[in-house]
Amino acid sequence: MASSIAAEYAIETRGLSKSFGSHNAVDGIDLRVPRGSVFGFLGPNGSGKTSTIRMLLGLSNISAGEVYLLGHRMPDHLDLALPHVGALVEGPAFYPFISGRRNLIRFDSANKNADPKTRDERVDRALARVGLTAAAKKKVHAYSLGMKQRLAIANALLQPRELLVLDEPTNGLDPQGTREIRNLVRTLASEGITFFISSHLLVEIEQICTHLAVMSQGKLVEQGSLEELSKSETLVLTLQTDQKQGAIKVLRDLKIKAKAHQSEIVAVVPRGLIEPEEIVRKLTRAKVGIKSFSLLAPTLEERFVSLTGEGFDVAR
Amino acid sequence: MSLDSSPKPSVAFAHFEFVKSELSLLFTRRRTWAMLFTISLIPIFLAIAVSLSGSTVPPGEGPPFLDRVSQNGLFVGFTAMVLAIPFFLPLTMAVVSGDTIAGEANTGTLRYLLISPLSRAKLLLVKFIGAGAFALAATFTLMLTGIIIGSILFPIGPVTLLSGEVIPIPDALLRIALVAIYVSISLMGVAAIGLFISTLTVVPVGAMAATVILSTVSQILGSLPQIEVIHPYLPTYYWLGFADFLRSPLDFTSFTSNLLLQLGYILIFGSFAYSKFTTKDVLS
Repeated sequence: MASSIAAEYAIETRGLSKSFGSHNAVDGIDLRVPRGSVFGFLGPNGSGKTSTIRMLLGLSNISAGEVYLLGHRMPDHLDLALPHVGALVEGPAFYPFISGRRNLIRFDSANKNADPKTRDERVDRALARVGLTAAAKKKVHAYSLGMKQRLAIANALLQPRELLVLDEPTNGLDPQGTREIRNLVRTLASEGITFFISSHLLVEIEQICTHLAVMSQGKLVEQGSLEELSKSETLVLTLQTDQKQGAIKVLRDLKIKAKAHQSEIVAVVPRGLIEPEEIVRKLTRAKVGIKSFSLLAPTLEERFVSLTGEGFDVAR
Repeated sequence: MSLDSSPKPSVAFAHFEFVKSELSLLFTRRRTWAMLFTISLIPIFLAIAVSLSGSTVPPGEGPPFLDRVSQNGLFVGFTAMVLAIPFFLPLTMAVVSGDTIAGEANTGTLRYLLISPLSRAKLLLVKFIGAGAFALAATFTLMLTGIIIGSILFPIGPVTLLSGEVIPIPDALLRIALVAIYVSISLMGVAAIGLFISTLTVVPVGAMAATVILSTVSQILGSLPQIEVIHPYLPTYYWLGFADFLRSPLDFTSFTSNLLLQLGYILIFGSFAYSKFTTKDVLS
């Protein structure tokens, strides 16, 4: 694969910011996407993911900070980096009055690095790769959203790429389509392509990602490999008992701040502070009856929610 | 992913690839064909009307050359051009040029073109070339339809020029082609204005309307004698100057002045479009 500058990171930003008037859509983020990773870029709608992607690809101006795409400073060296990058940004967009195949030919001929002699072959291969061969000659206005989504991915695959940026790639896809995209990502990732995939749903991407970053209100609140992120510094204690007050007192003596939540008691315990057996022993000695007890690392989902606020709230 | 894109095609060749793509897209649109079809109706209606009304149009009545149409079918094109140039041709030009960037932004295809990657300057240039191709298609459609319908309904023969000389049919056809080129060039100032306005919005209809309005305002200003001093700088000033091609010897004075004026508009609005578009956030 014709390589560009051998940079450690496929994407690196330093203090990257985007402001619209006084509103900071992206607020000084330091993104580091290692080469060869499948990098999940998570955050609720409106947290600045798409604004970031637009700057990465040179579509919008950078308000402050720096962007290096495959080692090339953006947007100055856009023409060196972008030929090696395929992208799906903000959903698929095509000319509705021509066929899917002609759309791909159109975008390929916009790329001056694309060889017209191999165009037909490359277009057909990309279409086959996303399972659109049968619909290739249909006009795009007859495509379903899922088909357009796949056509957009085919467009990103017209050239050998080093990096694929996929913005919400499973939007509008049924579970079957989502699975197909995931399989495609896995296959391509095994060929050495770096993926940068944004999503507001952790479940959509956690099975395929090796790395994650979490955006909230324009800021990067977490970033690292899945392994690092699962290795939580804190554990969550959950206890069901009828003697809540007694239990809270015992825990307080163990320097654990606990709160009663309806039928259970919940506490955050620093990892390594105390063994679970010890807690249970102390509780039993204080004659606190235990219905159930657990001391577990929070799931990624719980961490994601705790980092970004509840569920689907649109960020301010 | 083994298909390599090398050897790299030459830059000029690659430019040509996108021009080809742009033209094929433009001439695939039903809208383009609908406009060309409507343009072709102008000489057809004109010729039918003259033919039905008999050959009694007195000189000086109706549009210029109208009295000559019934004597020589080759005049259908000239007369239709006089009818089409104040409003209909600029309207179609505004539709095409107003759509250039705003249309791509509206469908969202603009972002995919830019990350192909395609430089913004090149996109502007190719879009302008597309507008020029449409102008040629429009003027030649009008003239060719004029020749065809004229030869069906009226006698065809050597053409008597405004200066009195009579030229043979091949010479007349050359002059018809020159008029089409002249009018195409006349429309390029409007096209440049449309291209610029098109970089300001993601609503193509807005850009089209604004372009039509500006072209109309220019013609209104051009009809006010009180501001005669600015008339030679209006993009529409030389629009009817193609009558020069109906004199002998061929007079290129209007042609040259018009060309320079249109080039001025292309330069000014081309640079506006360039400076706006190359620094713009593509958010659609």
